[in-house]
Amino acid sequence: MEGYLDMELLRFTTAGSVDDGKSTLIGRLLYDSKSIFEDQLDQVRQTSERRGATEVDLALLTDGLKDEREQGITIDVAYRYFATPKRKFIIADTPGHIQYTRNMVTGASTANVALILIDARKGVIEQTCRHSIIASLLQIPHIIVCINKMDLVDYQQEKFDQIKNDFENFASKLDVKDVQFIPISALKGDNVVNRSDNMNWYEGSTLLYTLENIHIGSDHNHIDCRFPVQTVIRPQTDEHHDYRGYAGRIAGGVFKSGDEITVLPSGFTSKIKSIDIFEGSVIEAFAPMSVTITLEDDIDISRGDMIVRTNNQPESKQDIEVMLCWLNNKGPQPRSKYTIRHTTADAKAMIKEIRYKLDINSLHRNEIDKNISANDICRAQIRTTRPLFVDSYRKNRNTGSIILVDEGTNETVAAGMII
Amino acid sequence: MKNYNLTHLKELEAESIYILREVAAQFQKPAILFSGGKDSICVTHLARKAFHPAKIPFPLVHIDTGHNFPETMEFRDNLVSELGAKLIVGSVQKSIDDGRAAEEKGKNASRNAIQTVTLLDTIEEHGFDACIGGARRDEEKARAKERFFSHRDEFGQWDPKNQRPELWNIFNGKQNFGEHFRVFPLSNWTEMDVWQYIMAENIEIPSLYFAHQRDVIWRNNTWLPVSDFIQIEETEEIINKKLRFRTLGDITITGGDESDADTLAKIVEEVAAARNTERGNRADDKRSETAMEDRKKEGYF
Repeated sequence: MEGYLDMELLRFTTAGSVDDGKSTLIGRLLYDSKSIFEDQLDQVRQTSERRGATEVDLALLTDGLKDEREQGITIDVAYRYFATPKRKFIIADTPGHIQYTRNMVTGASTANVALILIDARKGVIEQTCRHSIIASLLQIPHIIVCINKMDLVDYQQEKFDQIKNDFENFASKLDVKDVQFIPISALKGDNVVNRSDNMNWYEGSTLLYTLENIHIGSDHNHIDCRFPVQTVIRPQTDEHHDYRGYAGRIAGGVFKSGDEITVLPSGFTSKIKSIDIFEGSVIEAFAPMSVTITLEDDIDISRGDMIVRTNNQPESKQDIEVMLCWLNNKGPQPRSKYTIRHTTADAKAMIKEIRYKLDINSLHRNEIDKNISANDICRAQIRTTRPLFVDSYRKNRNTGSIILVDEGTNETVAAGMII
Repeated sequence: MKNYNLTHLKELEAESIYILREVAAQFQKPAILFSGGKDSICVTHLARKAFHPAKIPFPLVHIDTGHNFPETMEFRDNLVSELGAKLIVGSVQKSIDDGRAAEEKGKNASRNAIQTVTLLDTIEEHGFDACIGGARRDEEKARAKERFFSHRDEFGQWDPKNQRPELWNIFNGKQNFGEHFRVFPLSNWTEMDVWQYIMAENIEIPSLYFAHQRDVIWRNNTWLPVSDFIQIEETEEIINKKLRFRTLGDITITGGDESDADTLAKIVEEVAAARNTERGNRADDKRSETAMEDRKKEGYF
């Protein structure tokens, strides 16, 4: 029993299209870890039969919406959950086709690990490149390349080595740190949960073992202290008459009581008096904890302000360089204004310039065609009405990311990573 | 180097607290949709932690079908008085009496579907711009596609194909007049997480979740509790069984599971070994393959 309470959480993303075995792989992970329930399986079995399929279509487990089930495609991001005694896993399962880039970006935005599937018969193809580029742009800390359908290439090591080599050549152009390769057959189960007897030449771990053991402890930034204030807590009761706490989720670093802090944008300085949680006060708190901070001095602080350590501050910027992923069907209009959201702060913003459009199959920078529509990724310069306190996305995913909201429709139209 | 890792429950808790605080900050008039089930109890517990030492800044809204387990109502009233929270009750009976909703007829009649009318009327009457619910993505396939901040148009409807993208931890609660949001802080929790958390935090839950003796009939492949609200046919036999409920909905649609689990530890063990989903015993989900998606589009929980 104790074991269950001591697990870590790992979020991973997969992307893929109809027949590359993604659904089979997820189905196998869920099934072999006993995370599929019998009534779910029954329902899927019945639906498969009604559609005249001979085998149970595990894709029906992940495709939840009526349209997806009818068309047999994944449209939106589907979240799936499974657990082993070591870790709890959240899968962001996304479609792989280029017209769903925005969904892949969404799924990648919170992932610790990207699972990239390669069909051993086809090798590195355009879709592999696209998924890897997205993983690199979104700075997913770990990539696991599963070379799938090994059973269809007679489990040959040469095939695996060749694909691995091709991928490494391509990935050298990308900003990826930790890449591992695993030869698998999702259909037959080789090296997914159980070690394969068919590939004795492979000395690495199975996929599940890798997912269970990959080191995610340093995925959060624990160096640069950033605390965006969400809301101010003032109980105004007799018991807590003078209590004034700043509630938020630590976006980076480790805060300790007694730390010298600066509040942005006012620049006022103070010391941390206490770091409070429901159970009492803690001596230190780190990302991604939700806490309430009280200060020694009475300073005017409100939502959107950021508490940082005085000796380590983010950059204050009104001109922001970003890699933008355009999410909305309506592209950016000339001179149009947006609300930019960054941590808990917002401001008005304007896209001043599109520098180039990125071809996400080849990394080619197109400086001629800068016409942006849904699913395009581009580098842009954004001007905001007031300074934001930013880090580069590379340094901190929380303080380095923004979204743009259309002022007319209120829709989230773009997501950006600060360079 | 020190190990700055959170356990999965602490990380989920931190995420949910963050969401609840975003709701308080981004909306004018948010409310918690409180059913008396374990998930809405968990949400309420998290809200208490999020704003401590202040009170929960949301009223609890209960959509009362009138077909309740008496235990749930007692639990609700105790919790509300303990929290010092405001309770708002939307009555399905009143919607029927006012001619806003029509009662289903027949043996399997339930008030599940017509709750939506009362829910949307209550939201409009009080002008709620965000309703916090305990729904989880692992519960049901349509819910797996749900956002944390889920937009509803002026008719209270969900458009699953046109949802706002949610990236990182940045949530967009901006809305036009008359629209509202449903917010799901437990999106990333599983049934197991909820039970582990209830155990770890020692959260009080209605006695119905623990194994107890009860009069039931066998109908639609489940043990349905005998109450004033169901018609029992001559062929149906009333049996007294030891069982517990894995979810709590209306007494007319919530089937029990035979069980000896009378402590939280035993429940966690039972959930770990379970081979059926918790909603497997919910008649409301069985009406069609896309029953949940269809109801959600109309504005259901």
